Amino acid sequence: MRQGGEGSAEPSVRLDGVTKRFGDFTAVRDLKVDIPRGQFFTMLGPSGCGKTTTLRMVAGFEEPTEGRVLLDGEDVTDRPAFRRSTNTVFQNYALFPHLSVERNVAFGLQRRKVDKAEIRRRVSDELERVGLAAEAKRRPAQLSGGQQQRVALARALVNRPAVLLLDEPLGALDLKLRKQLQVELKRIQREVGITFVYVTHDQEEALTMSDRIAVMNRGAIEQVADPEAVYERPATTFVAGFIGVSNLMPGEVVSANGAATELRLDAGPTVRTAESGGARRGERAHAVVRPEKLVLRPAGDFADDGRASVEGQVESSLYMGTATQMMVRLADGTRMTVLVPNVDVDARRRLPSPGDPARLSWSDENIHIVREAMA
Amino acid sequence: MEARTAPAPTAQREAGVPAARGPRDRHRGGSLLDLGLNFYALLALVYLLVPIAVILVFSFNDPRGRFNFIWEEFSLDAWGDPFGVPGIREALVNSIEIAALSTLAATALGTLTALALVRYEFRGRAPINFFIFIPLATPEVVLGAALLSLFLNNAVATGFGTIVIAHIMFSLSFVIITVRSRLIGFDRSLEEAAQDLGATPWQTFRLVTLPLIMPGVLSAALLAFALSVDDFVITNFNAGSTVTFPLFIWGAARVAVPPQIYVIASMIFLFTLAMMLLTVWQQRRAERMAAVRSEPEEA
Repeated sequence: MRQGGEGSAEPSVRLDGVTKRFGDFTAVRDLKVDIPRGQFFTMLGPSGCGKTTTLRMVAGFEEPTEGRVLLDGEDVTDRPAFRRSTNTVFQNYALFPHLSVERNVAFGLQRRKVDKAEIRRRVSDELERVGLAAEAKRRPAQLSGGQQQRVALARALVNRPAVLLLDEPLGALDLKLRKQLQVELKRIQREVGITFVYVTHDQEEALTMSDRIAVMNRGAIEQVADPEAVYERPATTFVAGFIGVSNLMPGEVVSANGAATELRLDAGPTVRTAESGGARRGERAHAVVRPEKLVLRPAGDFADDGRASVEGQVESSLYMGTATQMMVRLADGTRMTVLVPNVDVDARRRLPSPGDPARLSWSDENIHIVREAMA
Repeated sequence: MEARTAPAPTAQREAGVPAARGPRDRHRGGSLLDLGLNFYALLALVYLLVPIAVILVFSFNDPRGRFNFIWEEFSLDAWGDPFGVPGIREALVNSIEIAALSTLAATALGTLTALALVRYEFRGRAPINFFIFIPLATPEVVLGAALLSLFLNNAVATGFGTIVIAHIMFSLSFVIITVRSRLIGFDRSLEEAAQDLGATPWQTFRLVTLPLIMPGVLSAALLAFALSVDDFVITNFNAGSTVTFPLFIWGAARVAVPPQIYVIASMIFLFTLAMMLLTVWQQRRAERMAAVRSEPEEA
């Protein structure tokens, strides 16, 4: 039951129209997700978007108001947490303060009446894996935050759950340690091959660790895709804005057929892309382009290279070491962020200064069309 | 050398006042004020402890006559034969049995009530939170008389059983309030973690909740025990023919006050003191365990 048959077609986790309401407030709205076995799946969104509530419904701490939760094809909606094949790494770790590290880690195996010698072996193996073998006899309060985090991970993983649920597990740690543990977590996940469901509000964390990301906003999923697709081809303006810095240029769809979509920007030019993002002719939509994919030149220095371009005025310039971040205001008032890599001193010197007119160009293949609102 | 560099604590020690802080982090002006405050605290302590000291001292007295009120000479006779007075052993055994039973029952009942009051939203929670204070504020005479008329009207014979019932009743509020204060601020995610790891609700309570609220439960039990052992008023109403230690003293005082009474009282005091120290030690340990160290991360 713990580890279902390898390669079975059933997803590790399936949320089937799950809704959770607290009184009048809808925390999670009609979620439908399948998470295949062994995937590192991340739920990403701002606080209050329903990602933690969703995780708690998978763990069995909250009961869905509507819909079903399935683990390995089995409906566990009415099953309490202690009878589910999931384990959780809590945001505050929730280590038992009255038990030693060793006994914390052994807790789950003892509940399952595993043989004593076997428990001892698996606990010490697991503590070895997270590099805490020397701390086995200590109490959680005697450990640093990073060590406590590792104990929490060991305590969950030692049970070899079918699914490991992680609720912002690195949120309380400082940046350097967080980076280090991100790599460690990813390595461990590959090693044990367990399905990870990871909740975070940190988009960088999500992009670097995940196989697939669900971007959530106000109780609903806005997009489920792999990190590259979420970044390069955001499905909604929310996703475009939440993940990294995006430039949104408003416009109107002037033609849309299977082959191509044309969007006439309010700022002037018309862009043409192969995909429509679901937009139909006559609709309002946005062209999304990432700051690093724009090319900035002084207004006079315009070479007709066949790329679409638009004129604006430089508002500010911020030196950031590897790149310079320029803010450009277009004719229709849209503000664009441009990231110019600091390749050489000469190129930097040619950049327009604040107040100067400038021209932004891009190649249409880096443009992505997003509708104003999700259907 | 030491006496020269740190004269302040020496002076304080002579005055019989313990130094509150090291000499270095104190200003000159504050020193006198501290001394005054410490002296004041000492007076309060003396006020509290003198009666107990008298009991301890007089338990070693060898009185002329039947009343142990005037110091005559030091003697170990009473300590050598604490049960040398007829009836005193039975009274003490009754008191201890009643205290043990009522403490057990009141602690179990009160702990569960506190859990319900803190954990669950239910109809009547607010009134109950208010009602548990009523027995504390009601005069004991009223409670004792009310209980007696309740027992008489229901044809319940007063005696050992009714004393236990009465003691459970008046200990309950103290237990609930003590345990409740420990439960407020209890990290619920610890219980979720236990369930997440496969612990049933009962295992979660036994292995996680109870050990963590144990200091509160122990204090509550100690309080209940002390309240029961020394209760006179309510017990007197509901005792029937059963004699507890306080009732025994009351009865005996009319004809004699042997030093044995002081010996037993001293024993009860020393026992309570030992239990209190144990509880304090246990609490310290629990706090140490729960304290999260905030030291810089190792790389």
